[in-house]
Amino acid sequence: MARNSDLDVAYVARLARINLSEAEAKVFQKQLDDVLKYVEKLRQADVSQVEAAAHTLPIFNVFREDAPHDWFTAEEALSNAPRQANGLFIVPKVVE
Amino acid sequence: MTEKDLPALSIADLQSLLRRREVSAREVIDALRDRIELIDPKIGAYLSLDVDAAAKEAEKSNVDLPLGGVPLAIKDIINVMGQPCTCASKILQSYRAAYDATVIRKLRAAGAIPFGKTNLDEFAMGSSTENSAMKLTRNPWDLSRVPGGSSGGSAAAVAADAAFGALGSDTGGSIRQPAALSGVVGFKPTYGRVSRFGLVAFASSLDQIGPLTKTVRDAVLMMNALAGHDPQDSTSLNEPVPDYAARFDHDLHGVRLGLPKEYLIGGIDPQVKAAIDAAVKQMNSLGAEIVEVSLPTTEYAVAVYYIVATAEASTNLARFDGVRYGYRTENPKDILDLYGRTREEGFGPEVKRRIILGTYVLSSGYYDAYYLRAQKVRELIRQDFARAFEKVDALISPTSPVLAFKVGERVADPLQMYLADIFTIAANLAGICGISVPCGFAEVDGRRLPIGLQLLGKALDEARILQIAHAYEQSTDWHKARPSIAVGGRKA
Repeated sequence: MARNSDLDVAYVARLARINLSEAEAKVFQKQLDDVLKYVEKLRQADVSQVEAAAHTLPIFNVFREDAPHDWFTAEEALSNAPRQANGLFIVPKVVE
Repeated sequence: MTEKDLPALSIADLQSLLRRREVSAREVIDALRDRIELIDPKIGAYLSLDVDAAAKEAEKSNVDLPLGGVPLAIKDIINVMGQPCTCASKILQSYRAAYDATVIRKLRAAGAIPFGKTNLDEFAMGSSTENSAMKLTRNPWDLSRVPGGSSGGSAAAVAADAAFGALGSDTGGSIRQPAALSGVVGFKPTYGRVSRFGLVAFASSLDQIGPLTKTVRDAVLMMNALAGHDPQDSTSLNEPVPDYAARFDHDLHGVRLGLPKEYLIGGIDPQVKAAIDAAVKQMNSLGAEIVEVSLPTTEYAVAVYYIVATAEASTNLARFDGVRYGYRTENPKDILDLYGRTREEGFGPEVKRRIILGTYVLSSGYYDAYYLRAQKVRELIRQDFARAFEKVDALISPTSPVLAFKVGERVADPLQMYLADIFTIAANLAGICGISVPCGFAEVDGRRLPIGLQLLGKALDEARILQIAHAYEQSTDWHKARPSIAVGGRKA
């Protein structure tokens, strides 16, 4: 597929576990190529003197007492499950 | 005052009536329900409404509490126990919240009644509410235009007198921008000031919950209830919460306002520019000193945002896999087929685009060039603001360079949509607080379209920008203007 960046939409979509139709992949490829071309401007910024900011807060290592408290029951945790039985989430078989 | 006039009131005025026992909380719910039934078919602000639950809460409400008996609309990305929480996504279409978000718990403790879930761009990704998988929300000032986004349902509901106030969330401007385009007040607190527990995460280092209201005073009433430390959110700040109205009797003498010179360059709608110029003059006449400041990294903000926000979104949205909650595809042949088709069918195009971009910028071989570099430029942006706030108390700018645009006008070009977030995005990257207040109207095709003025303040200096916004608002009549659909609807 024609593309103007290193991004291969079809491949990355597979990594992200999203099936894409060929038509949708083609539209996204063009749109995201444009976005990646735009963000190239970050190369102009001088970042030699800065540390990366993961977030803006001056707080680190937030601890709380490791004590049990009332929270979800198993029933509540399962209340939105697409399939469930015997207090378990049901999924297709994953081991042979 | 008749019952059908009630929904036009501010929260503060409604409280006076409730406390004087001139109206009951139950009558307020009924009046608001009637109002929504009348006007929301035209606006499309609400995704769901549980009248019985709200009426039950109203019956036992204590109107002497800080927000006693006041119904508030909630953006449908915040969990309200027993209510849907769809995030305007097909993948959560049948989801029901099993717990209250901390903000909901706090609003209830202050006596407020959550009433109605409002529309948004899917998972708050967008600037027009057109990315909702559920419905279109229209701008009450011109039904052919968008209300802004992503908190477009909350903004439109407040603008059309279909809510007394509402909660929104702001990741890159999603409270302030729809507030500006719909002609209401929108407030984004400092990152960490309000708990994010129970807010469905989009970009965790940027998301912040805040109020959309008819007046600055109402925003303060809501903030007094919302702010504060929450042990269930490790990024919430353990700092004392001041009374946000404490400075309301001050004028603007001694206040220094900064005009970032990088914000007043090309691309701003001339009518927006004129309204901001007039607002700056007005604040100057109220005693504020106006200073030019420089934020040289402004040109990088949008690029940094669309790397950081999509990276965080790609990891946050990995949880929607069709296993524990939400939509699951029919007859998956194995687990990979279940994931791939569930996410293909459950997510809309903008969400898919952002997950793909975010996955890419975090992937081996590209991480340093994109994500790490963006985090470094983010630090430069934060330093820019820190330097500016050494000289001034607040920064002033348009909230959005453009007016409310036509439905469908911008959907085909995501990059153009992203670029219009230029004035709001940097505040989230820097973690500072900001507010949008109405500052005038533009005339387009014979219609009046609202314009918003943005004030940005340093971290935890909410009381300061609320004071400035209040002083400005009270010196104008902009906040009293109502869209003709609201006025017309009231007579019906």
